Amino acid sequence: MARKITYQQAINEALDQEMTRDPSVIVMGEDVAGGAGAPGEEDSWGGVLGVTKGLYAKHPGRVLDTPISESGYIGAAVGAACNGMRPVAELMFIDFMGVCFDQIFNQAAKFRYMFGGKAKTPVVIRAMYGAGFRAAAQHSQCLYNIFTHIPGLKVVLPSNPYDAKGLLIQSIRDNDPVIFLEHKALYTMEGDVPEESYIVPFGEAAVVQEGDDVTIVAFGRMVNYAKDAGASLRKKGVQCEIIDPRTTSPMDFDTILESVERTGRLVIVDESHPRCSMASDVSGFIAQEAFRALKAPIQMVTAPHVPVPFAASLEDLYIPSPARIEEAVMRVKEYR
Amino acid sequence: MSSILTVTMPKWGLSMQEGKVNLWLKEVGDTIAPGEEIVEVESEKISGAVEAAVSGTLRRQIAQPDEVLPVGALLGVIADADVSDELIDDLVTRFQAEFVPPTDDEADDGPQTQTVQVNGRQLRYLKRGEGGTPLLLIHGFGGDLNNWLFNHEALAASRAVYAIDLPGHGASTKVTGAASLDDLADAVSGFMDAVGIASADVVGHSMGGGVCLALTRRAPQKVRSLTLIASAGMGSEINGAYIDGFVAGNTRNALKPLLAQLFSDAGLVTRQLIDDMLKFKRLEGVDAALATLAGGLFPGGRQSEVLAGIAAASGKPVLVIWGENDQIIPVAHASAIPSARVVVLPAQGHMVQMESASEVNKLIGEFTS
Repeated sequence: MARKITYQQAINEALDQEMTRDPSVIVMGEDVAGGAGAPGEEDSWGGVLGVTKGLYAKHPGRVLDTPISESGYIGAAVGAACNGMRPVAELMFIDFMGVCFDQIFNQAAKFRYMFGGKAKTPVVIRAMYGAGFRAAAQHSQCLYNIFTHIPGLKVVLPSNPYDAKGLLIQSIRDNDPVIFLEHKALYTMEGDVPEESYIVPFGEAAVVQEGDDVTIVAFGRMVNYAKDAGASLRKKGVQCEIIDPRTTSPMDFDTILESVERTGRLVIVDESHPRCSMASDVSGFIAQEAFRALKAPIQMVTAPHVPVPFAASLEDLYIPSPARIEEAVMRVKEYR
Repeated sequence: MSSILTVTMPKWGLSMQEGKVNLWLKEVGDTIAPGEEIVEVESEKISGAVEAAVSGTLRRQIAQPDEVLPVGALLGVIADADVSDELIDDLVTRFQAEFVPPTDDEADDGPQTQTVQVNGRQLRYLKRGEGGTPLLLIHGFGGDLNNWLFNHEALAASRAVYAIDLPGHGASTKVTGAASLDDLADAVSGFMDAVGIASADVVGHSMGGGVCLALTRRAPQKVRSLTLIASAGMGSEINGAYIDGFVAGNTRNALKPLLAQLFSDAGLVTRQLIDDMLKFKRLEGVDAALATLAGGLFPGGRQSEVLAGIAAASGKPVLVIWGENDQIIPVAHASAIPSARVVVLPAQGHMVQMESASEVNKLIGEFTS
């Protein structure tokens, strides 16, 4: 039965249920169990923000603390996946992904192809992304667009607790490498989540709100900002259709196309920088496939092309806001 | 003293917090009888009509079409024709000044579902109302207690009404056991024992009607009367393509055309309705439970059991309600029980208790009183 839990609890529950179901599922990463300085097994940290808390005691020997060496343990996770395990490796901040690009881009993503379909690599790499935590330029980026660019990787961006649990269970059962990205600001978000196990399939967008005036495509945390903007616009008589693609690879372009063919107006909300982003990706697709349907130029609401600022006032300006989404919707709505 | 009554935004289902006014079905000045539909409202999940609880004249339409209002907000005013405009304006002013929309927390304060263990299976149910002869609502294949969204509260005005999730459905245990109407009926019988219902007026929709018939066979003393709505067990024919497609369908695009067959107005199949159905179907064990049930109850696109004779032989009062244009179970089955009172509602589909809620509520209310 569904009850309200947080995004963070939903992720923990998905890991717990999959570890219980399948002994080949293991969790590894920096401080995911206790880490140096933790007072004991019972009250171990469970990661920097406590997402894996409690798993160590429930699944002894299957929650592995690693050295602070991303290139080492991500490589180890990929190797374990090739040899029959289903590792879920936690990379803490997505910003640290740079030192393991070879393991991810050249190895994990390519094995199935390079070995003629004979190899599978069922590894999940979890990481936090996103700004808003006063964590400065090296701990606040989005970067999901970079992984989306690589064939052979699946990229998952849950925007709420229900999707977080179902998508993580699908990620663990999937036979390909999956990059599972969690926005730090969503960890405390509450929502209805069934106690039972369930999967949310990849490549199927959620239509969060229906409307005939303007299509909004939003990613990750931005889905919730789009909902705020949509609710405010509804009171002003503007009906937005809000689409949450949920996974950027595979990407449910069909649902977006269907919607834009009806509304003729598109706003894309993406927390990353505008160049080579999900926003420009969707924009390019719609410009090519639905040019005749468009009644106004596509609007991209993104962060600017600058590092995430440390100054609180600047960081607040950096992140797309519901007000900016609303402005963009009104621009496409009123375009003649 | 003449009465003045407010018409407010209804709360359909546990999660509804606001609704959109679609259109007024009565004009200012129209005379209204209890149970008549006054205004059409749309929630995230479904649209329906607000019914009058009293008789009178519609004096004010406060809410305008397309307006989105919280649950409990003022939609209109019904009063006797001799009530002065002044009094009515006064009431409206006072209502608007005092009305506080429910917060998220308060919205959870409504009736809550409960669970009970029956023979190792957990069953979820929702009880509304108190006293009187208990009434039991049993949903159909792939449904749950929310199928009675528009009936439950209306029927529970002066009696206890229970809606349950059958095994394999809703939030009940996803194990279905023997995949027979008898097995489901035993679960219902066990439920009645567990919550202390000696006998009840039983109301079943579709497969739930078949369960009511099986219950009459297994435990006749527990059945006071039968209301069978678009019921299974009344004949062999059933839309096998619908059953198979529903069991196999796991995407929005696969389910949408199927769910549309349930209603006479396909527009009622909203995105939210489909999403809720998908959320149910994705739960671990649901696919297997539905496939097992379908295999046992509807093998090869036929109903495996015809139990109409049991109702006739039982001597219990039977009310049969059917939608004229039912695309799932043919309306011809409505006449399977010669002694029954039969009502066929024109232009209606399989989910007749949702689409013609006020009519169905009235029929059940009169029949079981």
